[in-house]
Amino acid sequence: MHVVTASDFEQWRNAARQCMLSNLAPEDVLWRDGREACPGLFDAFEKEPAPPRANQSHSPTVPRRFMELATYVACHRTPGRWPLLYRLLWRLTHETPHLLDIAADDDVLLAARWEKAVRRDAHKMKAFVRFRRIMEADVEHYIAWHRPDHYVVRLTAPFFADRFSSMNWSILTPDDSVSWNGHALMFGAGAPRSAAPADDQLESLWRTYYGSIFNPVRIKLKAMRREMPRRFWPLLPETTILDDLLQAAPARVQKMQSYAEGWEQSAIDFLPPQRDLNSLRAASSGCRGCPLYAPATQTVFGVGPPNAAIMIVGEQPGDEEDRIGAPFVGPAGQLLNQALVEAGLKREEVYLTNAVKHFKFEARGKRRLHKKPNRREVVSCRAWLESELAAVRPQVLVCLGVTAAQTLAGPMFRLSDQLGKIFATDFCEHTLATYHPAAILRSSPEGAGAKQQQLIADLRRAGAFVRKIN
Amino acid sequence: MDLQQKLAILADAAKYDASCASSGARRKGGSGLGNSTGVGICHSFTPDGRCVSLLKILLTNYCIYDCHYCVNRATSDTPRARFTVDEVVRLTIDFYRRNYIEGLFLSSGIIQDSDYTMEQMIAVARRLRQEQQFRGYIHLKTIPNANDDFIAEAGRWADRLSVNIELPTAPDLHHLAPEKKWPELHASMESIHRRVIDAKAERKQRRRAPAFAPAGQSTQMIVGATPTPDREVLHTADALYHHYRLRRVYYSAYSPTQHADARLPAQSPPLVREHRLYQADWLLRFYGFRVEELTPEHAPNLKLNLDPKLAWALEHRHAFPVDVNRAEREMLLRVPGLGIRTVQRIVTMRRHRAIRLADLQKFRIPRRRVLPFVLTADFNPHAGRLDRLDLEDKVRTRSRQRLLFEAGEEAHRGEF
Repeated sequence: MHVVTASDFEQWRNAARQCMLSNLAPEDVLWRDGREACPGLFDAFEKEPAPPRANQSHSPTVPRRFMELATYVACHRTPGRWPLLYRLLWRLTHETPHLLDIAADDDVLLAARWEKAVRRDAHKMKAFVRFRRIMEADVEHYIAWHRPDHYVVRLTAPFFADRFSSMNWSILTPDDSVSWNGHALMFGAGAPRSAAPADDQLESLWRTYYGSIFNPVRIKLKAMRREMPRRFWPLLPETTILDDLLQAAPARVQKMQSYAEGWEQSAIDFLPPQRDLNSLRAASSGCRGCPLYAPATQTVFGVGPPNAAIMIVGEQPGDEEDRIGAPFVGPAGQLLNQALVEAGLKREEVYLTNAVKHFKFEARGKRRLHKKPNRREVVSCRAWLESELAAVRPQVLVCLGVTAAQTLAGPMFRLSDQLGKIFATDFCEHTLATYHPAAILRSSPEGAGAKQQQLIADLRRAGAFVRKIN
Repeated sequence: MDLQQKLAILADAAKYDASCASSGARRKGGSGLGNSTGVGICHSFTPDGRCVSLLKILLTNYCIYDCHYCVNRATSDTPRARFTVDEVVRLTIDFYRRNYIEGLFLSSGIIQDSDYTMEQMIAVARRLRQEQQFRGYIHLKTIPNANDDFIAEAGRWADRLSVNIELPTAPDLHHLAPEKKWPELHASMESIHRRVIDAKAERKQRRRAPAFAPAGQSTQMIVGATPTPDREVLHTADALYHHYRLRRVYYSAYSPTQHADARLPAQSPPLVREHRLYQADWLLRFYGFRVEELTPEHAPNLKLNLDPKLAWALEHRHAFPVDVNRAEREMLLRVPGLGIRTVQRIVTMRRHRAIRLADLQKFRIPRRRVLPFVLTADFNPHAGRLDRLDLEDKVRTRSRQRLLFEAGEEAHRGEF
């Protein structure tokens, strides 16, 4: 019986080559694991007799797949890996050259299982190493302590060297350690956990990220534990908050719901079963789809013939509109009337309405100052406008101002890009957008004239377009 | 607002993106920081069972869009935040150096307009690659409707681009995300697809030609927010795989909220359905199944209590038992419980000797599920069960059914 010691793949390979050359069958070799730290046990045999030199000088040839398999199996923690590898080598060269194809063979099966365990452990090491930064004489040094299941430090070191080539780093494990200084890998003995830094400032940010990216609506602890076994948890800074995360999960779900819900209702909840203009107008007077109904006097619904060829949409009713209950009856309405006349259109032939049906304002003493509706209010009210469009089905749709245009053409609509152009929207093939008369009223005297001319020109264009179609 | 608060808000807002893949790209390390080995690494796992591979955040969760299923929609009152380009770059580098992540997955709500938003996201990627010499993984979500030139630049810096298809059909999209347009989403995917192909062709000619999104593109769709059946979901996914060579389609079970929009259903998130869709997706891509086979017209939804391959086998018992020593590889792949690896082992081994029942059992296969459907060189008593009416009960995995409830209970007890 020959006693041979190996602690890594290279040593095993050299020893195995010698044994093969001496024609030693697997049962004639006793393999000892150099990694097993139990000196004294075999001291009597310590002087290993060199295997008798054989006269065959050729090295045995084996499939490349075996070398790959052996490289991984050699990193397994079981002392049994050395005799298993030698047995495989022997059988490959003496009995069955295609042995590795027989996946159900007990030796092959075991080797495959150990290879898989090592590959997985190496992968987990690449995943779970957590560096902590320290400053040594103004130089950053990143140090990690890890506890792999197998001897995978040498296997994974090139990966870390490639990935973190511009950093100085060390990875310490109970069995081995490895450092990188920017140029070369240096391997050394194992080290206790206390040899690595105890903390890194950044870990609290990392925990924040970990806690926030977790979706408390879906909890699958089994899946988590399968991929991140508990024995690794002490190595991972993020796992310290697991209990807190789970305890806070139900409350977080509730919070998510309250954020996501927005308003409980919108105009959709007030739409009547009949969608003709009269039914819609009647139903809209009771709309509570957004909070704007409360301070306003009344709903200001659209007016005009149900078969109007042109529909004009503004932003929202103003102070006078709110009191009277009709759109475009205030100062802006008068400016619009003027423009309609100059464009050769009759107001009573056009359908007039607004994107938002209630007046939004800010009280300043006795005055009520117009306030732009926000996006949520516009979206809540939108169902009324969509219903009006569906009932009237205008041939040309004119949006006054950016609020109306964005409501109908999407939030990215820019008035400056589309001024004077006719474009298609989901609601009307021929849509155009122009200045709101209120904007003209608020403009400087020099700007107002040009904007007013643009409004008139656009209205005229709308009229011409209708005549052309018909 | 400090960085920690921003991170809490903008990571929370990103948790609805299912993708965390970091595979498929290769970048050598070297003078800069990081590399991509082509194999993704999951650096951590959260209690929802999902992996943490990338720093997955939104640049901002302010948004001018109002998609009804989305927490970041314009009309929601969720807390808002916005990172600066600099903050994202620093966070990515700091996390990467400590080996927390494989890289960055950056998405964003839409601020001002598509182009502006896209420009900001590209600025992050450009600075990581150019200033920081960052060679880790970058996944950019492209903003629908952004100018094609921006897509071109995004692909130059990113390993993967993705356009979310959002919902399985055009009517679903119109219903729940009226501001997004089906043809526009497809146009973006088409554009990315063309550029990926062109860049690959050019690289064959000269090796130094610039790469374009070497890890390809992926997409995500929400299931369970509309009544659309699995058949249509899978048809859409299948078409995306074929037309645009997508690397992955992610399915995200809709997480409903109490008072969410009236247009949305209010039952619990269909996690089992999501799981079945992923299984079916795998069968389509790697096992030679067709959508018509998994979800025929008369049964347009996958069964929730059976995995789709087993369900197919039970419906097609006439095709079984399959002789493991003679059957084509394609047919072996259709045996319930046999995966690609096991089939490969069988095919390799049977060249040398006949496979017996004892051999199969050594492969750690789910015996109850496999054995009734195969013939071995020796007598397989289980194959006789094929004609029994109660076969379904005999082969079904029981633990699968419990998953949904079990998970909820565990959460309440707060224990592992």
